[in-house]
Amino acid sequence: MPKDHGIGASSKRREDVRFLSGRGVYTDDMALHGQTYAVFVRSNVAHGRIKSIDTSAASKMPGVLAIFTGEDFKDVGGNPAGWLINSRDGTPMREPKRPVLAHGKVRHVGDAYAAVVAETYNQAKDAAQQLADDSDIEELPAIVDMKKAVADSSNRVHDEIPDNLCFDWGWIEDNRAAVDAAFKSAPHVTTLELVNNRLVPNAMEPRSSIGEYNPGTGDYKLTTTSQNPHLTRLLVAAFVLGIPENKLTVVAPDVGGGFGSKIYHYGEEALVLAASRKLGRPVRWTAERTESFLTDAHGRDHVTKIEMASTKDGEILAIRTETLANVGAYLSNFSTATPTFLHGTLMAGPYKVPHVYVNVKTVFTNTAPVDAYRGAGRPEATFSIERIVDKMCRELNLDPFEVRRKNLIQPDQFPYTTPVGLVYDTGNYQATLDKLIELADVKNFDKRAAASKAKGKLRGMGLSTWIEACGIAPSNLVGVLGSRVGLYDAATVRVNATGNISVMTGAHSHGQGHETVFAQIVAEKLGIPESSVEIVHGDTSKIPFGMGSYGSRSLAVCGAAMTKAVDKIIAKGKKIAAHMLEAAEGDITFEDGKFSVAGTDKAKTFGEIAFSAYVPHNYPLETLEPGLEETAFYDPANFTYPAGAYLCEVEVDPETGKVDIASFTCADDFGHVMNPMIVEGQVHGGVGQGIGQALLENTSYDENGQLLTASYMDYAMPRADDVPFYTVDHSCVTPCTHNPLGVKGCGEAGAIGSPPAVVNAVIDALHRGGHTHVKHIDMPVSPARVWSAING
Amino acid sequence: MTKVTMTVNGKAVSAEVEGRTLLSAFLREGLGLTGTHVGCDTSQCGACVVHVDGKAVKSCTMFAADADGAQVKTIEGMNNPDGSLSVVQQAFQDHHGLQCGFCTPGMVMSSAALLAENPKPTEAEIRHYLEGNICRCTGYHNIVKAVLAASGQDAAALAAE
Repeated sequence: MPKDHGIGASSKRREDVRFLSGRGVYTDDMALHGQTYAVFVRSNVAHGRIKSIDTSAASKMPGVLAIFTGEDFKDVGGNPAGWLINSRDGTPMREPKRPVLAHGKVRHVGDAYAAVVAETYNQAKDAAQQLADDSDIEELPAIVDMKKAVADSSNRVHDEIPDNLCFDWGWIEDNRAAVDAAFKSAPHVTTLELVNNRLVPNAMEPRSSIGEYNPGTGDYKLTTTSQNPHLTRLLVAAFVLGIPENKLTVVAPDVGGGFGSKIYHYGEEALVLAASRKLGRPVRWTAERTESFLTDAHGRDHVTKIEMASTKDGEILAIRTETLANVGAYLSNFSTATPTFLHGTLMAGPYKVPHVYVNVKTVFTNTAPVDAYRGAGRPEATFSIERIVDKMCRELNLDPFEVRRKNLIQPDQFPYTTPVGLVYDTGNYQATLDKLIELADVKNFDKRAAASKAKGKLRGMGLSTWIEACGIAPSNLVGVLGSRVGLYDAATVRVNATGNISVMTGAHSHGQGHETVFAQIVAEKLGIPESSVEIVHGDTSKIPFGMGSYGSRSLAVCGAAMTKAVDKIIAKGKKIAAHMLEAAEGDITFEDGKFSVAGTDKAKTFGEIAFSAYVPHNYPLETLEPGLEETAFYDPANFTYPAGAYLCEVEVDPETGKVDIASFTCADDFGHVMNPMIVEGQVHGGVGQGIGQALLENTSYDENGQLLTASYMDYAMPRADDVPFYTVDHSCVTPCTHNPLGVKGCGEAGAIGSPPAVVNAVIDALHRGGHTHVKHIDMPVSPARVWSAING
Repeated sequence: MTKVTMTVNGKAVSAEVEGRTLLSAFLREGLGLTGTHVGCDTSQCGACVVHVDGKAVKSCTMFAADADGAQVKTIEGMNNPDGSLSVVQQAFQDHHGLQCGFCTPGMVMSSAALLAENPKPTEAEIRHYLEGNICRCTGYHNIVKAVLAASGQDAAALAAE
């Protein structure tokens, strides 16, 4: 029987009731007394010099309260990059200032250079249009193509950066000679040039922020669509506006999806705070969808050459890559970590590869900033590796299942140190591969292919065996790598006098179901009903500290902090129980919600202990403080390493090039699973996004830097009829060895493992159909691209 | 300004609105019914779907003035009279058909309209009908399952689980 409560149960989500009844409260749902509306004036050219902004007409328009330009913010700080990366030669990266509003130059279409605040939204919008008409911006040649950007030093995104290069990173530089030598002596070398297509995260809730300043107290409050309110508070306070951290509260209420794009601090958040200070009234802003396309941090956008050295029978000897990674016009907060430490360190995949060298050149262009999007660097690494393994198999006429099996790290080789700086603590990659082969019914593929053929379709299957590093991250390690912050987390467990519990966590739930699953964990450990546990998140005034939710870290890091805090509660409860039961503390055991004297029937319930802590009439006050509330900080000892094997079957229509996903099967190892229903939902969502990247989504800028895909009319989001039912499995479990729950994280897996499985399946279908000249098709594998490849 | 009068979730309402006021804005800002969400500007995402005279309508595509005299139902009007979740809403919870919840009001309103038209839809019919509702979280698997279940069909068997 599956469990019906606590750890491992598919408890239904408590947050659903409010969402299904229209009672969620997202930022834009809040109405405030005296509220005003901000609208931003955004550049309609990709690159331009601001000659003048004439505010005289706009400022006289009905309802207009204030107008801001870059001039107003030129003396405050910039929005910084969170990671400082050094180039191969040891020189530090170039970090141009990212102002609240563009000053001097605009650097991408959508770059905000002014803002209007008015009594109503429509008044602000009308005045913003007037201001746009009254702005003189001299258009400069746009820098869009990365190869041209680094080759032509005459045209610069930032005048002080001659070659548009942020850094030229080598990982690991000391290994380069050995890698080159391995290639020289290799019996076979496979080469592949590929593009990891630029994506727009597209959380369904557009970004939205409300700034409130109280002139009577000097307190600021920012309500905003954030995955990590504490980080936003830190950036606004310490780097941008210089507000004392204790005078600024940041609240991220219900947030409608993030996928990375809401990790970062954006200029609009600083603007509404500064405007509220000026006006003494709340100032609100919500993005229209086209603003989201133009200004949310995008994802991916790598151009990569990967080479793989191998023996003739498919043993991988070395991997070498050269990547151009687009960071767009400015450095978003995680933008320098994503193509480096979240990408290069994963370039050995799940394989025993002795030699790996990764080179990444990160390039400024006149496009929106690019940063971490679901998976962040690891999908790029996985796509490169899994595509080239497949290409190598084709070149050498080898079975892709057997070649992977031969190269996978063996279960008895853990902990396994890779040549790119990671130590995988545990795993069993053979087990997930075996499970996948069984679940996907690989042995009957030929029958299904024959049935497809009878319909005039080409069927193919594509495999991907993937690994990721998540549970971000050990602070001392990321400090060495250039992070400006620690990546621990915190939790407070407050036992109320009546025995129910409030848990304040640094994680932020924007779809992940933390309110349900965290309650399951705390309830199980304390032997109380889930309904007695309330999870509080997303408010810096209530929570001790936290780095938020991204990088599949919520359970592995924040859940671990919570577990530690619960352990402290139990430890204190034992002291109280020992006093009440007149026993030695060492003789007290805690099980099923009861503190007992071992070997006797003397016991106190959890509720009795809680009551005694708050009404300490019979209590060891001379040695123990009253109250029952504990806080724990947890810094992970290592990353966690979820891994799995995915198989996609496609049907390709050779007449039109249209690809249909016939089936998609996942066999994952996430360590211990807290709520199977939620974990499966996370995998479904990730795979849906991966299929979107592989078949549909592309972010297209023209040569002038105009975004051609700036609405849902033009950007192909996956819809219900683009995807199948997925088969997902998480029964292969190797528990994480270094966190108390043995969990690894599951949020990004689907988006990491799926794109290469889809593309490998399309190439397989074409080869089975006789189109063996097709070696690769870049994503999205659209009908036009497939048709052209077949007929090219 | 134009005067509009309509019935929203069974209650008569009346207000003066600007001609350019969209039905979605009137519901959210005029009536405080913020369960109806706005996720795009091009009538693509479907987060704003409500029922107007029994038909599923994207409320960001319709002027408030065009709904004058209409019967409008929003997500806030979907619960049973005792406050419990209706069959469609309950199926979404039972089958984890939502994550962040932002597209959910539109998904529920569209699904309810589908089931009113077609009480036993096939998987393909559900997927086709929900084409106008974008969800970024779920990959649609559990949404389609929820609608199958709400129609009284064996969702787990049909989803081949």
